[in-house]
Amino acid sequence: MIEGLQAQPAAAPALPATTASRARARSSARIRGVVVAGVWWVLSIGLVVVAWEAAAALHLIDPVILPPPHEFIGEIRNQAQFLMPAVGVERTGANFVALTAIVASVQRVLIGLFLAFVAGVLTGSVAFSFAIVRKLTLPTVTLLAPIAPVAWIPLAIVAFGVGDWSAIFVVFVGIYFTLTLATVKAMTNVDPVYVDAARVLGARRGQIMRHVVLPAAIPALFDLVRMNLFGAWMGVLAAEMVGVNTGLGAIVMVGRSMMNMNLTFLGMAMIGLVGYLLDAAFGLVQRRVLWWRRATEL
Amino acid sequence: MTEAEALAALECRGVTKVWGESTDREVVALQDIDLVVGRGEFVVVIGPSGCGKSTLLKLLAGLETPTAGRLLHGGQVISGPEVDRSLIFQQPSLYPWLSALDNVAFGLKLRGVPRAERHRQAEEFLRQVGLREFARKHPHELSGGMQQRVAIARALCVGADTLLMDEPFAALDVQTRYQMQAFLLDIWHGTGKTAVFVTHHIDEAVYLADRVVVLTARPGRVLDSVSIDMPRPRSVVGEAFERYRALLVERLRAEVARAFQEQELVEMLDTRIK
Repeated sequence: MIEGLQAQPAAAPALPATTASRARARSSARIRGVVVAGVWWVLSIGLVVVAWEAAAALHLIDPVILPPPHEFIGEIRNQAQFLMPAVGVERTGANFVALTAIVASVQRVLIGLFLAFVAGVLTGSVAFSFAIVRKLTLPTVTLLAPIAPVAWIPLAIVAFGVGDWSAIFVVFVGIYFTLTLATVKAMTNVDPVYVDAARVLGARRGQIMRHVVLPAAIPALFDLVRMNLFGAWMGVLAAEMVGVNTGLGAIVMVGRSMMNMNLTFLGMAMIGLVGYLLDAAFGLVQRRVLWWRRATEL
Repeated sequence: MTEAEALAALECRGVTKVWGESTDREVVALQDIDLVVGRGEFVVVIGPSGCGKSTLLKLLAGLETPTAGRLLHGGQVISGPEVDRSLIFQQPSLYPWLSALDNVAFGLKLRGVPRAERHRQAEEFLRQVGLREFARKHPHELSGGMQQRVAIARALCVGADTLLMDEPFAALDVQTRYQMQAFLLDIWHGTGKTAVFVTHHIDEAVYLADRVVVLTARPGRVLDSVSIDMPRPRSVVGEAFERYRALLVERLRAEVARAFQEQELVEMLDTRIK
């Protein structure tokens, strides 16, 4: 009893070894999990492809309207003839090379998200810090936030014409208001003990904001951006379909207007794949940048 | 000014704190508290739940202002937080995005101390709390006891001469708590800091305190002040310890009963492995 009181903590040196072995066990379990998940992916997609191909082979569906996967994926070979963008543009009225289309769409989403993130966090921080700003702006922002990105497309095209900035505007405006609200909320929810600890250590208002409230709120904001990623992706594609004549959305529409459903389905397949990859990449960045958060939530 | 007042580190003069004043949910947390803590003294404040122990610490830290009365630190009126009075919280308060070293150095960073210099100083305080090799670890990689030691190092690093502690070990398991109590006394011996320590464990109070201040159930008033006249290092077994323990139990029994918290008295006692 008394000895226990006097002894220095003995558990400390043993810790690194156990953490290392636990980390090893965890990583091997994770690899197994990834493999198992991969098998289910292949099975799931394979099931749809097989059913689709079978239906086409048995003439149950019209291959002109629903071309089977091997046909529309084969369409990607025809890219060779369109490798000069000018040819594609001339023939179809849209930028036709798959990669340039992907780059165009992805670029618009990322620029829009980035600008919205910076602007939303800035506005939210100011609204959080100054009650008068908060009271004056939040009611309006609350009403603007639920307007879906696609609903801004007509305004975007009228204001910015058919080009990159139109699509970027759609992404920006679709997430900016939501993110402003979320910033105020996330900052209000910061554990007061973090703020008190900083005050006791001599932090002034601005320092608390910069060194405590902002880093504590960032994870929730990253979550929100990721949740809105698909919305932004859809907004860009919709804009590309109705006015901005380049990008993946335009490919889908070109396919329709030329009655080339191979092209339309190829476009849709790329939209799905690229959208998924964007989300996965975002998750990866999130884990890398905000690694401490996952650990604290375990 | 009496000699005792001249030596006082902290003074409360007629301090009253009312929460939610002039609303229908008004709560008088503290009423008319008079308390003097001497320089280098280790005072433990004890009382039933909701007696305003934590409120008293927040007032002393300058995080809250009293509804009535005055609080003084070294003869100066407390008007806000100051780095020479540091508060250590019950719940984890380290910044999860900073390493242990950067957490300890946080107060120096706020003061604009250059990186290399503040790391050098912070490392020294981490060494004092026996965690030098954990400097690069982040809070989630540390045990609860280690985290509280980092929090203590963080308070020492900004040069606090008074440590205010709000049940800092309450979330720790019993074994770790003993180690932390011993560790805290080592730090206190070595540095001569003034300490105000809030707990609801009677044994913790008798083991740590020069003097135990007993508060009443809400609204908190000073019920009694008991000097623990036992040599250090103390044993938690033996006649003297039992005598003080029994005395404090007797003082608290009526208060706890008044607050309909019989169960709590059981908890307050059930803290030591026999």
